[in-house]
Amino acid sequence: MPRPGFVLDVDKSTPPILFHHGESLRLEKLPAGRSRVLYPGEPLPALEDVDASIRHALDNPLGDSQPLRALLRPGMKLTIAFDDISLPLPPMRKPDVRQRVIEAVLDVAAAAGVDDVHLIAALALHRRMTEAELRHAVGDRVYDAFAPSGNLYNHDAEDLDNLELIGTTKHGEEVEINKRAATSDLIVYVNINLVSMDGGWKSTATGLSSYRSLRHHHNVKTMQHSRSFMDRHASELHSSNWRMGEVLRNSGIKVFQIETTLNNDTFGTSGPMSVLQKREWEWTARDRATFIGMKAGLDRLPVKARRKIFNSWLAPYGVTSVQAGEVEAVHEVTTANVFKQQLVTIEGQTDILTMGLPYICPYNVNSVMNPILVMCLGLGYFFNMYRGQPLVREGGVVIMSHPTPWEFNPVHHPSYIDFFEQVLTETTDPAELEARFEKQFAEDEWYRHLYRTSYAYHGVHPFYMWYWGSHALQHLGKVIIVGGEPRSVRRLGFTPASTLDDALELASDVVGRHATITHVHNPPLVMADVR
Amino acid sequence: MKALRFSRKPAKFAAAMVAGRLSPGAGAKVGPLALRDVDPPDLPGPGWVRVRPRLAGICGSDLATIDGTSSRWFEPIVSFPFTPGHEVVGELDDGTRVVVVPVLSCVARGIDPPCAACAAGRINHCERIAYGQLEPGLQCGFCESTGGGWSTLMLAHEQQVVVIPDALSDEAAVLVEPTACAVHAASQVQAGRVAVIGAGAIGLLTIAALRRAHEGLEIVATAKYPHQRALAAELGADVVVAPGELDRAVRTRTSSMRLDNGQLGGGVEAVVDCVGSADTIAQALRITAPGGTIHAVGMPGVTTVDLTPLWQREISLRGAYAYQRHDFDTAIELVAERDLGRLLTATYPLRSYEDAIAHAASAGSRGAVKIAFDLRSERERDRI
Repeated sequence: MPRPGFVLDVDKSTPPILFHHGESLRLEKLPAGRSRVLYPGEPLPALEDVDASIRHALDNPLGDSQPLRALLRPGMKLTIAFDDISLPLPPMRKPDVRQRVIEAVLDVAAAAGVDDVHLIAALALHRRMTEAELRHAVGDRVYDAFAPSGNLYNHDAEDLDNLELIGTTKHGEEVEINKRAATSDLIVYVNINLVSMDGGWKSTATGLSSYRSLRHHHNVKTMQHSRSFMDRHASELHSSNWRMGEVLRNSGIKVFQIETTLNNDTFGTSGPMSVLQKREWEWTARDRATFIGMKAGLDRLPVKARRKIFNSWLAPYGVTSVQAGEVEAVHEVTTANVFKQQLVTIEGQTDILTMGLPYICPYNVNSVMNPILVMCLGLGYFFNMYRGQPLVREGGVVIMSHPTPWEFNPVHHPSYIDFFEQVLTETTDPAELEARFEKQFAEDEWYRHLYRTSYAYHGVHPFYMWYWGSHALQHLGKVIIVGGEPRSVRRLGFTPASTLDDALELASDVVGRHATITHVHNPPLVMADVR
Repeated sequence: MKALRFSRKPAKFAAAMVAGRLSPGAGAKVGPLALRDVDPPDLPGPGWVRVRPRLAGICGSDLATIDGTSSRWFEPIVSFPFTPGHEVVGELDDGTRVVVVPVLSCVARGIDPPCAACAAGRINHCERIAYGQLEPGLQCGFCESTGGGWSTLMLAHEQQVVVIPDALSDEAAVLVEPTACAVHAASQVQAGRVAVIGAGAIGLLTIAALRRAHEGLEIVATAKYPHQRALAAELGADVVVAPGELDRAVRTRTSSMRLDNGQLGGGVEAVVDCVGSADTIAQALRITAPGGTIHAVGMPGVTTVDLTPLWQREISLRGAYAYQRHDFDTAIELVAERDLGRLLTATYPLRSYEDAIAHAASAGSRGAVKIAFDLRSERERDRI
């Protein structure tokens, strides 16, 4: 029976605590008597027969939906959309659950005589997936059957001929999605719901949409009113997507939603990486030796070699649930299953929130974690991993650990470079940079060209990264990065510190010398239910 | 009288070249520049006046001369030994404070009729700078006959002096000559968007001059150091970026396409290069739009650069040397309006010339902009 997540009060006997630090690791001694550590739950049991569970979900849909086979008929247009490279993190070992679900859907479609099938990577304004990445997600069999004939491809949010304006919500939000999907008799959306933000109407309304549509909820105002965006019912981001979903549904577009959840088995139970998901005081002598050896080895390697090692890691996640059917009914069950794995109750807020940022976030798979993504991962994702109220109090301090190199992947993140060099030098205020610069970047022809023909994130994407952290920026009194390249950290508008002790000293200027400290031991993923 | 003299001494010149490469400004210690007791220069004829320098600035072209990096192009248009110093505020025998227009054109040289350029008022285009009653020299500060500002006395033709208002301090007035260069350069620019490379003294002054001359102009500037960045923005640059970030800044401002090797499909209509190195000229060529113009304001010297883009994109490369007389009137106004005297960071007596040159040669990294000699307390000054 896996042990649930819990909160450890740090005392003098508590060993140093693991902090992820990009492509490295740190052990940090937290001050006794005023620190606590929020640990994730151990991996929930995986489904014993994933394929059978998928078939069961397709045949026994949730909500007001017929079984998939009843929705399929010869001569119909079927579009299968699936989550892109940003999920899951790290990527999962083969077979990817998307492949399993898609193969099951295709089996049912074939049996029903459906032969007009398109598969679309629902990447919105993310970069296109490479052939290797698509093969990993859908499997060789599906790829070879559909890609050569042009029926498996990446969504193109700048292909104006292949977008369709469906309508406008009562809040004036334009709903524009992929034309093939919009004109299909059925959209089957295949999700990996790694965190509670994923899925629901956000899948179709965001994943298959365009800048014209996205700008209505990917903006500062929405993000500052999403508290948090990991809690659907308190998230303006989701409210907007749900309104858009209503427009889609009312227009006659049919979506059969398939959502899957994964357990916390991120680093495995054997091998050197497994030590990263064990609790420090339970480390054996062998674990300690493994950790010391791994850290020493990593620290001696050049950063590119370290990156290659980490990027090659495929997580052995187990699939914990599969839900299918009507979007909202499916999503309610899915979210409950995500929470079952990740949600941990914690009493009260903290003055200082510490976090060790790992080497990966949704937007640097097989790439570089540039400084803007560091900000997004820390203040966007990790900060927002709460329900109820933020884990750190208003005016408190976040201390993140990450090397924060002044480094960008010019193929994947060309507009990020310009955002870093030209926008953050002018202002770090989300609302100001949104007003002054977003349109220019969103409509830049070169970025548009690279997004459509190369493997670049859309020109506007770095703005969204900054907006993702805007609630945290509004909430916090100070942000400190431990071990970060000082000039990068300063460019972000944050304070660099060499050590955690230095960071705590700097934080004391804001929250006093006896401030409470909470460390989120993440990853594997943990979400705070703050009472 | 006291004067810093630059003599024709090949061995010392070679030593200065080596020292200057190792440490900018080090040519002053080992090269042909030395502080001397010299006889006052003789007035060449009627219409000439004596100027007692009060402050005399140190210019990039002076530093290139001292460190032995300036072009051999100058050999026939300077005369040895000369006293450097062409950014001069001084006073006449009657105490009138003046700035000197150092260009030695036909009038100063006693050439009558003047060359076509001088007749048209384009004294910076004078075709007789090695002829007439003076020794060769394109300006005071490079001519044996006139002396220069790094001394207690120099000569100027009465048409070379501009009386300055009482309200203008010496510290502000010493910026008038380089500001006139900037005003002249700015007057050449015809563009809606311009990139200014370099935020040393001449770069900052050019930004100020461009802003005054072209109100709606969008100015993208580079600055290496924080104080330069702040001043560039304050003097009128719309965007200030690090030198290595300029290509991308221009690309985003112009919505240009960018090829794999970094070259732009488009670019800005005009680039003002206030550095003049091979790197900055190459950068200017990369970011200038087809049909655009590069204005070379910083003295380039001998450089190696790929001119293919000049040809393929029909880019014009245009020098911006010195000024015309009327540019000084505008410069005086601009110096006063924008309080440009604050760009004078430090002054030194003549005896500390090695420190002064070293400071000027590393001005940016030391948080400075303009360094000058202060002659007002030199004892010899009032004995002549």
